[in-house]
Amino acid sequence: MKIVACIKRVPATETQAKIAANGKGLEPAGVEYMLSFYDEIAVEEAIRTKERVGSGEVIVLTLGPAEARKELVECLAKGADRAILLVDPAWSSRDSLSTAKLLAAKIGELAPDLVFTGRVATDTDSAAVGPMLATLLGRGCVTDVVKLTIEGGGKLKAERESEAGIEMYELALPALITCQKGLNEPRYAGLKGIMAAKKKPVEEVAVQDVPNQIAVETAQLPPARKEGRIVGTGAAAVPALLEALRKEAQVV
Amino acid sequence: MRTATHAQYTLPRLEHGLELSNDQLAIRDMVREFAVEEVAPLAHEIDENHRFPVETWKRIVELGLPGIPFPEHLGGSDQGTLAYCLAVEEISKVCGSTGLTLAAHVSLGTYPIFAWGGDKLRNAYVPKLIAGEYMGAYGLTEPGAGSDSGGTRTTAVLDGDSYVLNGRKCFCTNANHAGTVIITAVTDKSLGPKGISAFVVPRGIAGYHLEKGEKKLGMRGSDWASLVFEDARIPRDHLLGPEGEGFKTFMKTLEGGRISIGALGLGIAEGAYECALKYAQEREAFGKKLSDQQAVGFKLANMAMECEIGKHLVYHAARLKDAGKSYGKEASMAKLYTSELAMRCTYEAIQIYGGYGYSREYPVERMWRDAKLCTIGEGTSEVQRMIIARSVIGRK
Repeated sequence: MKIVACIKRVPATETQAKIAANGKGLEPAGVEYMLSFYDEIAVEEAIRTKERVGSGEVIVLTLGPAEARKELVECLAKGADRAILLVDPAWSSRDSLSTAKLLAAKIGELAPDLVFTGRVATDTDSAAVGPMLATLLGRGCVTDVVKLTIEGGGKLKAERESEAGIEMYELALPALITCQKGLNEPRYAGLKGIMAAKKKPVEEVAVQDVPNQIAVETAQLPPARKEGRIVGTGAAAVPALLEALRKEAQVV
Repeated sequence: MRTATHAQYTLPRLEHGLELSNDQLAIRDMVREFAVEEVAPLAHEIDENHRFPVETWKRIVELGLPGIPFPEHLGGSDQGTLAYCLAVEEISKVCGSTGLTLAAHVSLGTYPIFAWGGDKLRNAYVPKLIAGEYMGAYGLTEPGAGSDSGGTRTTAVLDGDSYVLNGRKCFCTNANHAGTVIITAVTDKSLGPKGISAFVVPRGIAGYHLEKGEKKLGMRGSDWASLVFEDARIPRDHLLGPEGEGFKTFMKTLEGGRISIGALGLGIAEGAYECALKYAQEREAFGKKLSDQQAVGFKLANMAMECEIGKHLVYHAARLKDAGKSYGKEASMAKLYTSELAMRCTYEAIQIYGGYGYSREYPVERMWRDAKLCTIGEGTSEVQRMIIARSVIGRK
């Protein structure tokens, strides 16, 4: 089975965000990067699927700066077979649709049976590229998957978490799955994996520019949280608390 | 949650300063993630219960950490002393005991057989030690011979095709789980230190048994025991290196081991510093964060600076060893400095935490107890000063 896992290089979770001088995004100075949390689950599921099926190929694909090679190599160390880096000078300002178009063009060439993405990237938090990719590729798609089973005859069973509970789907290959926390526990590379990764190919491809359809006007940090207020203590405080929750906070 | 990685990863390797190669960074980041997610959650419990976490050891083996500095044909990954030190450092940041377990296994339990074992012993044991089938240990200290290891009393007498061992070793790290223990014993009393030889003792031979280790101040999640030899026979070919060169062998072993104990002390110091920094940025007193109070800010500045110095010393000694240059003085300096640094940093971390630091509900008091091992094990601070002094003054 040929499998593609799409990944994204994102600012490390503990980054102390600052707004850049142009007011339109994150100040890049001093920022450290990592593989997006949910993409790690996507890569793990891709490798596990190949292991379960017993044969095939796992290709990790990303769109980003040349430095994203590091995150790709990390995935190769965990067990992916090869990597493709779509080198994009405009990566930091790219919108979801143009990202999806560029990825879809490459995935179209590769023609994999199965595509995995994370459910959302931990930086932009839009959860859009996965479903957009599926649409552009004309594939069946289940998002936020927490359990995946490969059935015979090119069929998949996928369970997705929704607010109402677990939804169960059956779909046919080729398909696209976006991965939610709980689907698997990603492995560590280990020394053997890190050594093996050095011999695996990372192909760098220059991308044609695709125009963005949306652009960030201004970026702002969230307002500082207001200080809390203690309305009283014990049961006697309950009416005042309810009043405050209804009128001030408007949450009940 | 995964930790940040190096922003300048794709730059070519620089040969100076702290710049690490891509492989070294990949290993460091992988071990850091493992340490935070799997080692840290157990650190308190194994300390409370004096428990050696077998499950953690299995994971360390699965990840290939014992093989980092050894060649690929023996099952290692040939990544050198520096990469191995990075692994010890990262683990020690969250759990000194587990850092010590790895350092003792690799530097003391495996390296001597690799370096002096000859093909036969090397091929028989090193792959098993790297693959974790065996744990390794090194028995040097005796009830009456610690820093003065020339005072070794354990004897080995050649009898036909075997050596007969008699005596006692104590404070031997990893001993209860060890498949092989390297020991030193007197083969010719008349020659003094030149009459001491080293041996590889396999587990389970008649006349060799273990006695439970005493309860410890710190490093309670690391294993130790006493070894007792009563007419224990080992094959003659289990002599490690030439007869009479045991003293030389263990001096050399400890020289290399000191770099990893340097990484252990450094890790404990950095772990305490990171805890103190985080706490100081959260806790308020006198209307502002602790970190905004100059008295605390200065402590944090010193800790940060000294951890940086410690890194330079440890990485430098490791690089010298990897380059095949002489590293004895630098290894002692790294070990001495970071051991005492670990004491200072953990002490100041407790001070910054105040009453909470004194409580066993917070990790810094454990780090302080763990740190004390570093100024004693693999050569006390006094022994390190002797070595450095001899090196700079010149031995007559």
